[in-house]
Amino acid sequence: MFSNLFTPEVVAEAWEIVKTQFPLAFWETFYVTVVATGISIIIGLPLGVLLVAGEKNGVFPLPKAFMAVLNVVINLLRSVPFLILMIMVFPLTRVIVGTSVGTVASIVPLVIAAFPFVARLVESSLREVSPNIIEMAQSSGASPFQIISKVMIPESVPSLISNFTIAITTILGYTAMSGIIGGGGLGKIAINYGYYRYKYLVMLLAVILLIAMVQGFQSFGTYLAIKMDKRLKNK
Amino acid sequence: MIEIKNLTKEFQTLDGKVTALKDISLTVPDGDIYGIIGMSGAGKSTLVRCINMLEKPTQGTVEIDGVDLGTLSEKELREVRHNITMIFQSFNLLMQRTCIRNVTFPLELEGMKRADAMKRAMELLEIVGLQDKANSYPAQLSGGQQQRVAIARALATNPKVLLCDEATSALDPNTTNSILDLIRDINEKMGITVIIITHQMNVVENICKHVAIIEKGEIVERGEVGAVFSHPKSTAAKHLVFPEGDPGAVIVTEPGETLIRVVYNGAMAAGQPMVSRLAMEKGIEANIAYASLRELDGRAYGSMLLGIRGGKEKLEEAIEFLTRTEDIIVEEVNQNVQ
Repeated sequence: MFSNLFTPEVVAEAWEIVKTQFPLAFWETFYVTVVATGISIIIGLPLGVLLVAGEKNGVFPLPKAFMAVLNVVINLLRSVPFLILMIMVFPLTRVIVGTSVGTVASIVPLVIAAFPFVARLVESSLREVSPNIIEMAQSSGASPFQIISKVMIPESVPSLISNFTIAITTILGYTAMSGIIGGGGLGKIAINYGYYRYKYLVMLLAVILLIAMVQGFQSFGTYLAIKMDKRLKNK
Repeated sequence: MIEIKNLTKEFQTLDGKVTALKDISLTVPDGDIYGIIGMSGAGKSTLVRCINMLEKPTQGTVEIDGVDLGTLSEKELREVRHNITMIFQSFNLLMQRTCIRNVTFPLELEGMKRADAMKRAMELLEIVGLQDKANSYPAQLSGGQQQRVAIARALATNPKVLLCDEATSALDPNTTNSILDLIRDINEKMGITVIIITHQMNVVENICKHVAIIEKGEIVERGEVGAVFSHPKSTAAKHLVFPEGDPGAVIVTEPGETLIRVVYNGAMAAGQPMVSRLAMEKGIEANIAYASLRELDGRAYGSMLLGIRGGKEKLEEAIEFLTRTEDIIVEEVNQNVQ
C-alpha cells in the first residue's frame, strides 16, 4: 500500500492538498479541541469536586443516593465508545446546535464524551491533597466552600494542569473520529483522502500534523504544570 | 479556662466498637502550658481534636470559658476555631502559597481585607523571626522554619488557646528547643493557653507547667510536672520517667550500704555538687546507684538513689544534710525501690 507513496506526481498532488486544505483543517482541529476541552472542564471540574467533597468523609457530605447516581451516570457515559456516542447524541446536538453534522456540531458529542472523563481526572487530582491540609483548614474555621476554593483546588493546580493536558490530547484524538459525522479538521482529511481515496501520503501528513499537535499540547502542559508547582522551587 | 468533663469517644470500625477515650476529665487553667503525654495510640490526638470539635465526643462535654462546644452549630464552631488554633507535626502549610499568604489564610477566612491581612501577617512573621522569608514558598524552608510559619498562622486570629499536636516530633533536638522557646515566649507575652500533645518527655519537662499522662484512652496521672515526674505512681508514668526500665531491677548495692532515695522536686540544686559536698563536708561516701535528673528553668527534677556507707549514724547525718536544701525530699529505701 505504501509502494508508490513518494512518486513525483503523488508528492505534488499531496503538496497541493496540504497547501489548500491543511491550514483550515489544522485550525478546525485546534479550535474544536480547545473549545470542547474548555466546556468539558467547565462541566467536569464542579462534578469532580462533588465526587470528592460529597463523599461520606468529605468536606461537604452529600446524600448517598445522589453520589450513587452521579457515579453511575459518569461511568455510563465513560463506557459508551465515542463512535457510538456521537451517533446517540444526534438528537441532542440538533437541539443545541441546530444540526447534527459539521464542525461545530461535533463539539457536542466531544463534550458529552469528555466531561465525565474530566470529572474523574479532577477527582484524582483533588484526592492528592493531603487530609492533613484539609484538617488544618477545618481547624482554622474554614467552611466547606472555603476549603474547596482556597485549599483543595489551589493546592492541586499542578496536578490539575497535568490532568487537563491528558484530557486535551485525548479530546484531540476524538476529533479525528468526528470526521466521520462531518466534523472538520485533520481527522476528516485523513479519512477522506486516505481511507476513501487511497491518498496515503495525505493521510500520513495529516497524522504527522496530529502527532505534532499532541506533542505541542503535551509539552506546553508539562511546562505549565512544572512552572506552576511551588513545591519545586529551589531552596 | 478549658474544662473537659467525662469525655468518652468511641469509633465504629470494621472490627466493632473501639473506645479511644474513656471518661476523661481535665481542667486547663487560662495561661497554662498543659502537656498531654502518652505513647502512640494512647488517644492523645483524638483528645486534642475533641477540644476543637474536629472529633465529636460520644459522651461528655468540652467547655471553653463556660461555653459547651457540643451545643454549638457548625457555623458557631467555625467562629470558635478562630479562637482555638492548632499546629501540627507535619506543619500542614499550603505548599502553593507563599509564607506570608499562609499566614493570611485564617484572616482571609474571616473576610479581612487583603491589605490589612498582609500587614498583620508581616507583624506575625517578625514575631517568629521570618520576615525575610515572607515571599518564599514553604518548600524553600527548613522544617523548623515551616513550623514557625505555622505558628505565625496559628496566632493570626489572636487565639486564646493554641493546640500543639506533636508539633516538634518531626524536628531535630536543637530546632525542637527553639520552637519550644518560641511557644513559651508566646505563652508569656500574649497569655495564650497552650496545650501540648506529645510523646516526648523532654518536651513536657522543658515547657509544660502541668501534665496529664494518658494511656489506653484514660488519664492515669496528672498534676504539676515536677510532682508527677519526681513521684511517678502509675506504670505509664514510671515508663516515661525510667525509660530504661524499673530501676529496682538494675540497682546494685554493696554490702553495708543503705539506699536512700533523693527526690529533687524543683530544687535550686542545679550546679550544686551535692554528692561531693556530702563527701567533703561530712566525710560520707555516697555511691550513686541510680539517677534520673532533669533541669527545668534552673530547677532540678527527678530522683537519685544513693548508697550510703557507714551505718545508721552516717545515714541520718546524710539525710539531714541533704534535706537542708529546699525542695529535696529524702527517704530511706527498704526492700522496694520507688
